[in-house]
Amino acid sequence: MSFFRALGAEFQKLLTTRMWWLLAILLAAYVAFMAGGLGALFSWLGANPDAAAESGSAPLPADVELAPLLYSFASSIGYVFPLLLGALAVTSEFRHKTLTPTFLAEPHRTVVLSAKLVSQLVAGAVLGAIGYAVSVGSAATALAGFGLETGLDSSDTWALIGRGILAMALWGGIGVGLGVLVTNQVAAVVIVIAFTQFLEPILRFAASLNDVTATVGRYLPGAASDALVGASFYTVAAFGGTETLDWWQGGLVLLGIALVTTAIGAATTWRRDVS
Amino acid sequence: MADGIPIEITGLSKHFGAVTAVDDLSFTVEPGRVTGFLGPNGAGKTTTLRVLLGLVRASSGTATFGGTPYHALPRPLETVGAALDANFHPGRTARNHLRVYATAAGLPSARVPVVLEQVGLAEFAERRVGGYSLGMRQRLALAYTLLGDPGVFVLDEPINGLDPEGIRWIRVFLQTLAREGRTVLVSSHLLSEVQQSVDEVVIISRGRLVKRGTLASLELDSAPRTIVDSPDRTALATALDSAGLEYDAGRSGFIVDEPDPGRVGHAAFVGGVELSALHRLKSGLEESFLSLVGEAPDESPGDASNGSPGDDPAEAPAAAPPVDEAPAGEEDAR
Repeated sequence: MSFFRALGAEFQKLLTTRMWWLLAILLAAYVAFMAGGLGALFSWLGANPDAAAESGSAPLPADVELAPLLYSFASSIGYVFPLLLGALAVTSEFRHKTLTPTFLAEPHRTVVLSAKLVSQLVAGAVLGAIGYAVSVGSAATALAGFGLETGLDSSDTWALIGRGILAMALWGGIGVGLGVLVTNQVAAVVIVIAFTQFLEPILRFAASLNDVTATVGRYLPGAASDALVGASFYTVAAFGGTETLDWWQGGLVLLGIALVTTAIGAATTWRRDVS
Repeated sequence: MADGIPIEITGLSKHFGAVTAVDDLSFTVEPGRVTGFLGPNGAGKTTTLRVLLGLVRASSGTATFGGTPYHALPRPLETVGAALDANFHPGRTARNHLRVYATAAGLPSARVPVVLEQVGLAEFAERRVGGYSLGMRQRLALAYTLLGDPGVFVLDEPINGLDPEGIRWIRVFLQTLAREGRTVLVSSHLLSEVQQSVDEVVIISRGRLVKRGTLASLELDSAPRTIVDSPDRTALATALDSAGLEYDAGRSGFIVDEPDPGRVGHAAFVGGVELSALHRLKSGLEESFLSLVGEAPDESPGDASNGSPGDDPAEAPAAAPPVDEAPAGEEDAR
């Protein structure tokens, strides 16, 4: 009972500030640019192989299916947005010292944190739905415009979209875990940006150079996320050939990271004196 | 409305590392009156209140509402209304701020416009709190305490930042709550700020209880004195000396250790000195308060965060209060 009250309060907190739609707009713009723009470029290359050869651009390998690759931009580049939103949901309570009214209204702190985790899983799924609506919408338009296969009549495509939305949801949960471990808002944002944009891509690349490290590299969160979704420009662009986890293993890795980080935070920073 | 429940603090201590913020503190706060919780900045007031509200863990001792700690209250916001630092998410409107916590506490959202009206913020309900003045934030913090219509109010420095009209308003507000039989505990580092609102005082210094009683009992502790001034201060000093009166020199005259202005006037008359001022120093409350919290504090453990050092009454030397401002109690210069 008190959990559902806390959950309702967390959704209200989320919806009564501007952060969620700011991030939703950025996500939509970024995904539309990448999925739509690259969709148009690759479609044009695919449709005009001669012109492409003249301009020196190599077309994609023939065995790569273009549609799932483009659609998965929603999560393969968009996962930073639910991650940020989840982290901010926790750190803003510390930053604005709103933990005081929060814990006065609901003194059971674990209830509050559980509600935050669940609310951010839902928020991540909503961002995922927005991201996939944009990536499918823009990329399918580009593909169809050049008379290429959109894959929208295939159940595999829709399963990919579903797994992508699940991945985005789990990233929201990881954001909560990160936020409660690193309660300083600026530090949390810097970590999110640095890890997702620089550190993880470098680690994934470095890990792929060697068979042993490649096994470990599969468990990096971004790699696990791409495994869950089942397609990513990463696997094509740079690290082709590396074995990925099964989709459900990738999902479990993400879920595990979200739960473990949140649980550690619940036992440490979340229990501290609020002053 | 919920019944007033006594607040019971028993043997409470809180250490932050090597610093003792609260040291074996015990007192109770009864319903039906306004109790002032006083002490200089860093005396441990905020820490005590945060322990009472379950936000800070006590090192030892207990702080309860009629025997029940805050976290064990079945419906906390309907039992206790608490306003600590006025902290809000700046991007949220006042109405949404209150709606969030009404939801969390299972209170009907219809309470929100009611309490906003009660604190006079109804017309600013849709404005983001980031644009609020300090006084408006204080009122919004009070609106939060009213959400559950509780029987106990715990307010930390609620008068800080209010304009004169706001101060008058909160006096009536606090007294009304107490008359309705609720328990009202109000902290302040300035006695003059709350002396017209409170019936009882709990005074702490360096985490320890130094005085517990009615406001009137505090007044009795301090001997009234007389202020006298003359265009010819040298002659006045001579006259006071020859009458055997003790005095301190101040900017607006001499403060004489003599409760009866008549005797001081007589001494001047005998010495043939013209007087430009002669009156009783009406309230010795602030002096009494300062001497209780006393000894110039070198260090201030605990809640040193609120207020600037400049307005810390404990920094004024207790033995020689300034003549002009603080002791002129009834005037409430602040």
